[in-house]
Amino acid sequence: MNAKPFDITTDVAWCPGCGDYGLRNIMLDVLADLHLNSENLCFVSGIGQAAKSPQYYDVNYFNGLHGRALPAAVGIKAANPDMKLIVQSGDGDIYGEGGNHLIHTIRRNPDMTVIVHDNMVYGLTKGQASPTSNQGMKTPIQTAGVSAFPFNPVALAITMGATFVARGSVGDKEKTKEVIKAAILHKGFALVDVFQACVSFNKINTHKWYKDNTGYIPEEHQKNDRLKALSLAFSEEPFFLGIFYQVEGIKIFEDFISVYENLHEPLYKRNRNMSVIKEIMDQKK
Amino acid sequence: MSNIFNELTIMLAGEAGAGVQSTEAILLSLIKNAGYNVFATKEYMSRVRGGTNSITIRISGDRIFNQNGEPDIFIPFDLNAYERYKNDLSANTLTIADKKVINNENIFDLSFNEIALTVGDKIYSSMVVTGTVCGIIGTEIEDLKLHIIKRFEPKGEQIVSNNIKAAEAGYEEGRKIVKNSEMEIQIKRSNNVRDEILLSGSESIALGALAGGCDSIFSYPMTPGTGVFTALASWATQAGVVVEQAEDEIAAINMAIGAWYAGGRAMVSTSGGGFALMTEGVSLSGMTETPVVIHLAQRPGPATGLPTRTEQGDLNLGLYAGHGVFARAIFAPGSLEQAYELSRHAFEIADKYQSPVIILTDQYLTDVFYNSPEFKLYPSPKKHIIEASEGYKRYDIGQGVLSPRGIPGYGIGRVCVDSDEHDESGRITEDLNGISLKMKNKRFMKLSLLKEAALVPDLYGCDDYETLFVCWGSILSIAQEAVLKFGKKSALLHFKQVFPISGEASDFFRKAKQIIMIENNQTAQFKNLLEHEIGIKIPISILKYNGLQFTAGELYDRIKEVV
Repeated sequence: MNAKPFDITTDVAWCPGCGDYGLRNIMLDVLADLHLNSENLCFVSGIGQAAKSPQYYDVNYFNGLHGRALPAAVGIKAANPDMKLIVQSGDGDIYGEGGNHLIHTIRRNPDMTVIVHDNMVYGLTKGQASPTSNQGMKTPIQTAGVSAFPFNPVALAITMGATFVARGSVGDKEKTKEVIKAAILHKGFALVDVFQACVSFNKINTHKWYKDNTGYIPEEHQKNDRLKALSLAFSEEPFFLGIFYQVEGIKIFEDFISVYENLHEPLYKRNRNMSVIKEIMDQKK
Repeated sequence: MSNIFNELTIMLAGEAGAGVQSTEAILLSLIKNAGYNVFATKEYMSRVRGGTNSITIRISGDRIFNQNGEPDIFIPFDLNAYERYKNDLSANTLTIADKKVINNENIFDLSFNEIALTVGDKIYSSMVVTGTVCGIIGTEIEDLKLHIIKRFEPKGEQIVSNNIKAAEAGYEEGRKIVKNSEMEIQIKRSNNVRDEILLSGSESIALGALAGGCDSIFSYPMTPGTGVFTALASWATQAGVVVEQAEDEIAAINMAIGAWYAGGRAMVSTSGGGFALMTEGVSLSGMTETPVVIHLAQRPGPATGLPTRTEQGDLNLGLYAGHGVFARAIFAPGSLEQAYELSRHAFEIADKYQSPVIILTDQYLTDVFYNSPEFKLYPSPKKHIIEASEGYKRYDIGQGVLSPRGIPGYGIGRVCVDSDEHDESGRITEDLNGISLKMKNKRFMKLSLLKEAALVPDLYGCDDYETLFVCWGSILSIAQEAVLKFGKKSALLHFKQVFPISGEASDFFRKAKQIIMIENNQTAQFKNLLEHEIGIKIPISILKYNGLQFTAGELYDRIKEVV
């Protein structure tokens, strides 16, 4: 049996040594370990180096516009609630261009997993600041250093009511695999922020930096303790890794759609009952 | 002054929230069910409370599709309403108002506020007015009572009986007004009208969407596009429609495209400003060859413009929205029936040609109400999708311009789509002279297919015309009436598809000695498009762009000025 059933041989556009490879390997292992049904699995991404990830798996995918992965994913979920959805994209895509969509997709709590490559810099456009860049980081645009505070995706997701919030690091393959597996198995919206290095454009947040500045959430942390999760999310010394928050049994987006109340069949299998047109016209008499 | 009325136009105006809209809702259905043809338009200020709203109801024995000139009867609810519209009246307009509120010797006194207080509360004043209008027209009081019982029963017996008292008192006043002003209302009634449907432009678009198999709508509220969103939401459970209010229009169109990708048949409904935000999504639909249906209800711009008024000013926006080259189709209904038919057709075209399709309406069309014969019923639409087998390629060029569209989860093949330039399997490519160029050409070829499928414009009037009037979209019925009145070997050509232009359209122009364009915008956008697409010259345009639709009478006068 193929150890990595979702792997394909293809021309990859990433720089040698890029953290994206590490996350790709993690994802291929996770997909294999979870024995996901490939027909019923779909990846969604936006634009950026990370957003190319689905290209490099043997999966269904929708590689849409910059920042718009989440709305496209919500549309897919609305049309086929049983589709297993994984959004895989970068910090610029999900936290920058798509920030508003992140807030409102969390509020809907659709059953999907959002994995964000967080390397604290823009790679595809060559080295500008990302929403998660450290203050003071100099770039070709932010020549005097980044002035804005870094975006805190973990704290935002917890406050908005995300039902699963975690962080991984490409530097720790095994533990990150377990976090992502838990996210995929979670019913509801799951966000996994994944630290990784950008070897070409980020000379501050290197592999070593991530190793030195991260630590695991203490084992005694109760995952359903939202306030405690939030206080862990605010920590920068170290940046915590692991599952900050998880709450189960919360009604999901798909459960609110009346169309699926009695029948979970996706829209493509359905045909309009045309007698309803006549019924509505009769109501308009 | 002739006191015999074969038809009647009644205008009600008052502060938003004062009951003009509830009066309208009751009156329209009562008048229609009494066997009269009815046509109603609204004019409202962009406010929820205060300001002045008006509703104009034209009642006729003949089928009517538009307003025609000044009202015969004007009922202002307050002084502001009177001041706002007093210059829009004719010398023959009978103004009916509460003289304690509007002190003018030329008005007929109807002390509806006092009557309402006698019944119990000022809130019944709009029901007094409803009764008065019924009394003037001469619909049966029993019908009004039944309607009141049906409408107010859940609110309790007291409310029902007070409303009935208010309606009866108003009705009596209405009969008195008819008698005292020596009006003779002789509007023909027809049993056929009773069996007809009475609905708005927005509802017709929404119903057409259902007939086209629409199973999901993703939108952000924006006047005048909201009506379609609301109508589909009201039928969601009954018809099986997924309804989601997006956080913005960018999300809305990306959700709709995501839904189509996953096998849904989605639409978005918006206006110019919202559509401007959607333009990148239009381009995404073009690039990924994922269908999407967009209802774009125009209002005057730029920017926020005049939110509650009408214009045909966004044709160019619809035509050119989205970066890059890709094919699209734009339909522009001119009646409720066309709204239904074209909305249905839009889904078929979007699905078959895997392209964005725009239904271009405006505030005027979305807000009109009138009675129509029932719309045609169709079989359930055929879906242009296939089961993806092993090795499936979404953009297979071996299968011609239209690569069969697979759906993720339907079959074992992978369905991969990309907003980047892609190869047949949907993976990113930069093979500029190879597959990249082939994909560009394949997408461009769809424009020819859409042109072949384009609807031929409709000619109204004589075949041996010398003067050809041309219009598109919501002006249809108004132009028909004005051109008919003008006569003199003229005809009207109406485009219900404005892009691509049907190849057969040029024949109509060849026969004409004189061509005159009629548009509800400032720069004759469709004229410019026609000149470019067909290579003709149209020297005269009659344009209006103050935020209001033409009236037939006004258009007739404008025609006489230029011909």
